[in-house]
Amino acid sequence: MKQTLVALVENKPGVLNRVASLFRRRNFNIDSLTVGRTESPEVSRMTIVVDADAEKVQKQLYKLVNVIQVEDVTDTPNVSRDLALIKVQVNNETRGQVTQLCDIFRAHIVDAGPDTVIVEVTGNEDKITSMTELLRPIGILEMVRTGVVTMTRGDAVLAPPEFYFATNGNRSNGFRQNVL
Amino acid sequence: MKLTGAEIILECLIREGVEVMFGYPGGAILPTYDAMTKYPQLRHVLVRHEQGAAHMADGYARATGKVGVAIATSGPGATNLVTGIATAMMDSSPIVCITGQVPTPAIGSDAFQETDVTGVTLPVTKHNYLVYDVEDLAYTIKEAFHIARTGRPGPVLVDVPKDVQNAVTEFEYPEDEIILPGYRPPQAAEEEQVRVALELIESAERPVILAGHGVIMSGASRELLQFAEMTQTPIALTLLGKGGVPEHHPLSLGMMGMHGTGQANLAIQNADLLLAFGMRFDDRVTGNLKTYAPNARKIHIDIDSSEIHKNVRADVPIVGDLKTVLNQLLPRMKRIEHKAWMAQIRDWMEDADERDIVNQNVSNRLLAAHVIHDMWTATNGDAIIVTDVGQHQMWEAQYYPHERPHTLLTSGGLGTMGFGMPAAIGAAMGLKQPNVWAIVGDGGFQMTITELGTAAQERVPINIAIINNGYLGMVRQWQEFFYEERYNATPMFNPDFVKLAEAYSIPARRVTTRDEVIAAVEWANSITDGPVLIDFVVEKHDIVYPMVPAGADLHNMIRRPMPSPDGI
Repeated sequence: MKQTLVALVENKPGVLNRVASLFRRRNFNIDSLTVGRTESPEVSRMTIVVDADAEKVQKQLYKLVNVIQVEDVTDTPNVSRDLALIKVQVNNETRGQVTQLCDIFRAHIVDAGPDTVIVEVTGNEDKITSMTELLRPIGILEMVRTGVVTMTRGDAVLAPPEFYFATNGNRSNGFRQNVL
Repeated sequence: MKLTGAEIILECLIREGVEVMFGYPGGAILPTYDAMTKYPQLRHVLVRHEQGAAHMADGYARATGKVGVAIATSGPGATNLVTGIATAMMDSSPIVCITGQVPTPAIGSDAFQETDVTGVTLPVTKHNYLVYDVEDLAYTIKEAFHIARTGRPGPVLVDVPKDVQNAVTEFEYPEDEIILPGYRPPQAAEEEQVRVALELIESAERPVILAGHGVIMSGASRELLQFAEMTQTPIALTLLGKGGVPEHHPLSLGMMGMHGTGQANLAIQNADLLLAFGMRFDDRVTGNLKTYAPNARKIHIDIDSSEIHKNVRADVPIVGDLKTVLNQLLPRMKRIEHKAWMAQIRDWMEDADERDIVNQNVSNRLLAAHVIHDMWTATNGDAIIVTDVGQHQMWEAQYYPHERPHTLLTSGGLGTMGFGMPAAIGAAMGLKQPNVWAIVGDGGFQMTITELGTAAQERVPINIAIINNGYLGMVRQWQEFFYEERYNATPMFNPDFVKLAEAYSIPARRVTTRDEVIAAVEWANSITDGPVLIDFVVEKHDIVYPMVPAGADLHNMIRRPMPSPDGI
């Protein structure tokens, strides 16, 4: 069964590599992994969807020195979003169909050429999957998805603030912008 | 004080209490080697191959409980360390490896002797660092030692580019406590778990303690013994747990697992409660997991939460430092007896004794079991034994009972052939005593035989005992049992080890009969100013009994047949 984990990691060189390497060597199947900055420049956040025992994954992640916090949010009410860009082949006949589908799915056409359009659709995985299934007969030329990002609903906050500022200020190796 | 990066490395090592480091120079680490001339208090041991350096640091760490240090250059120097690092990782041994790296501007350009060392060692280190900036160096080294020795210990590697070693900066040792937001080793158990554990302990009728390496790493020997005596619980040891409790104690069952004693394995399979203390249910210990201790509840105490439920589901998982947790349990425990259970165990012990080869009179051949038993006698059971990997390692585990922690050093998890002799060098240098014995097979010994040069150059007083059967004996044993005696690639042509030792000016002897064993061991013990070697030429076709075939049920041991006319 698919499980969703959210991990806060130190924003240091090689951390993404450490996480990816861990998944490979422990034989965990990654369904999707996204990573990006947070409100703190010293912390990055990963959303990991795995097809593996989430408890094992969580414990293994904690073994990495750079991993600060890991939460299994599979069963917690949450907002999950994935974004897809889909380039569709269109002609005068199908252009209208695509526009209609976009209305239904609250997607946008972000680029239009003589024979193609790019559709941008945001939502949970199911929504994007159904959108692509409907566009497929019209003619998908190219597609890219960002992978899922997740945040739990309500007042609960993942990161205890004390982690954020505990790092030592005088180190330059602590974090390097743009290097994950 | 303005210092170079190289000097900062050495300053930091001194502050970590390092007295000796094992290494091999080369282009990218030369600034650090040059700086060593200013720090004569740091002894450097020149090895013959970097793998030896990593094993020596490992042996030093296991013998002393302190962090061992290995140093190598970039590229091939660093990759040669890898086997030793992986060995330390699997056995949770605290070592810090410092490697040179090509200058930062050259990183990624396939420069001469460039390897992505942090990438290569990522899966086999507890943590590693590539230091880009000399300002980070002191803190990184301090952090490396902290990570290596705390929690579940392990190897840490620090890769330092040559320009960082040469860079000059104001040196100020970071005195403040290390704060790592993602690294908080657990200490005490949660109250609820302690309460449930106590209930299970009180109600158990057939309990067994499984004592692992954690007993030794955590320094919990006294607490463990107190626990066992109070509850009259027998103790089975893992290979790395040997020494954790005195093996002559009446509650000790000896080693468990593939080549464990009959009583240990049968006790586990018939238990109703397993108390797993600082061990990780390795496949060599459990056999078939589906039939493993089927009626036992399990209390699993380990400092590494990822070990809990990994192989065996625990009924009471306790994440914490073993000594701390035992001290939480002990004051609340009652005295318990298990008379029927202990009587059953004594029966199993008697049966095992009857089959035991050392209790049989074999005069016409030299058996490894006898060699090791006699070594035990001649060393008063008090030597520090470092083994290699294979049959001799299992015989050591069976026939050399250990009474104190840190007296058996052996590569358990990774099973690294070639570990023995270099690790013995490291141990002897750390302990500064002459009663360190390397018991090695003729196969594994030849993997790192080159370190004889190191032992001779540094006059390290190790005693090398080769259990020489002219075969890769353990593989041969598997071929005999499971591959219809097709002995492919296991017979070995060996050099004359005595002559070879003499070529290094190392005194050496050959022993071919049992009568000579004790005298030879005593002769070796009398030489305390450098290495000494004994070549024990033993029976070629001997087998380690009992044996649980890989993946078989733990109680289905192949036992030594009852005494046959010639005793084999």
